[in-house]
Amino acid sequence: MNAPEPPLAALAELTHRCPLQCPYCSNPLELERAAGELDTETWCRVIREIADLGALQIHFSGGEPLVRKDLERLVEEARDAGLYANLITSAVLLTEDRLQALVAAGIDHVQVSFQDSEAVGGDRIGGYRGAHEKKIDAARRVRAAGLPVTLNMVVHRQNLHHLEAMFDMAVELDAHRIEIAHVQYYGWAYENRAALLPTRAQLDRSIEVVDAARERYKGRFAIDYVVPDYYARRPKACMGGWGRRFLNVSPSGKVLPCHAAETITGLAFDTVLERSLEDIWESSEAFLRFRGTDWMPEPCRSCERRELDWGGCRCQAFAITGNAADTDPACELSPHHQVMLDLAKSETGEAPPDFVYRNYGNKPDRAKTATPAVLTADRPAE
Amino acid sequence: MSQLVTISADSVPRLPPGVKLRFDKRRDSWIVLAPERLFVPDPIALEVIKRCDGAASVSAIVDDLAKTFDADRAVIEKDVNALLQDLADKGVMTA
Repeated sequence: MNAPEPPLAALAELTHRCPLQCPYCSNPLELERAAGELDTETWCRVIREIADLGALQIHFSGGEPLVRKDLERLVEEARDAGLYANLITSAVLLTEDRLQALVAAGIDHVQVSFQDSEAVGGDRIGGYRGAHEKKIDAARRVRAAGLPVTLNMVVHRQNLHHLEAMFDMAVELDAHRIEIAHVQYYGWAYENRAALLPTRAQLDRSIEVVDAARERYKGRFAIDYVVPDYYARRPKACMGGWGRRFLNVSPSGKVLPCHAAETITGLAFDTVLERSLEDIWESSEAFLRFRGTDWMPEPCRSCERRELDWGGCRCQAFAITGNAADTDPACELSPHHQVMLDLAKSETGEAPPDFVYRNYGNKPDRAKTATPAVLTADRPAE
Repeated sequence: MSQLVTISADSVPRLPPGVKLRFDKRRDSWIVLAPERLFVPDPIALEVIKRCDGAASVSAIVDDLAKTFDADRAVIEKDVNALLQDLADKGVMTA
């Protein structure tokens, strides 16, 4: 097999520790503890390997990347390696001192997550009292520091009615970009699906609102909109194809083709402690397993869209059918497509259940309470 | 950034904060890097973007391109305006 093209971007998930407890978190159910995280020196080496491999952008994420005291050092390493450095943060820990240190280290862009357009919903969904106010303040300070800011809005059944107000926030905060992404249902979000999945009517309405906003704000800020798969007819080109454009390094150094890949049980992931990043990208079992089109079953194998959508999402196929090598059931040509439609119909019919908040003590198989463990935590839950 | 940018002959275009033009040795290609996106400018766009240094006006850029490529100034002016306005609308150029 020929060497694959180099990746375009890498997501560095520095930690799973986070002061927030969003019930749709994309981190795995089995959260990594601080003791299992890579040290500064190893991260610096990994960052250089990411650049050497040919990636152009690095996204510092988590958990909450600001929990790591060495974030500024890592950003500096990325800048020196020639990478475009992006910070994806909940921003509640973004003090002015750290912001200035990040600017000095060479951060290029900051994405601030919001859980809603207003504090009541935002603080409830994130499971952190006062979070919304801190985020607003942080986003303003990021702009004042001369950095471009993206507002990251994860939308679902319980905040989608505030979509217009989210665009107003982008104007108010002088954002360069707003990302409206429907929850993707893996891991924590899969457990909370009945509380989060919008109705078909809500989805249709949201598409109208986004279309109107694109028209109204053309040339003022960029809008990216990600729809939920449960009402799709064709799957998304998840990650631009498995192992084609993107890699993810987990807090403990596992290299994943996407941030949700660990939900696929039975797939083994190599770590940067044992193999070089280049070696993992080019020839590790996990990356080879679904790269390209050779692994595809019918109807993908003969489909004219096979190199457009790359068979959709492996994690979703696994979550719904139990087999990661099945066609993504979001595709209407999948024999399992009806299962998804039925799930969507049955779960959006009644009042949403309580959230299972994402934290170290709340693994869904044990979680019986929806009460956030530490609603007023000012330091990251561990 | 949420102000509309309108490109005219007197505009002095530049890449906004968070947008970078860099040469990628691995791919042997110039690439524009922006928040959550990147693109490879075609040869003409590259010549224009390289000249957007925050000092030269659109009109000076057009003069320079017409001279360098020995081309009809009016045609170049029209193309450059359209290109810069398109880039500005996408948030990867400001003035």
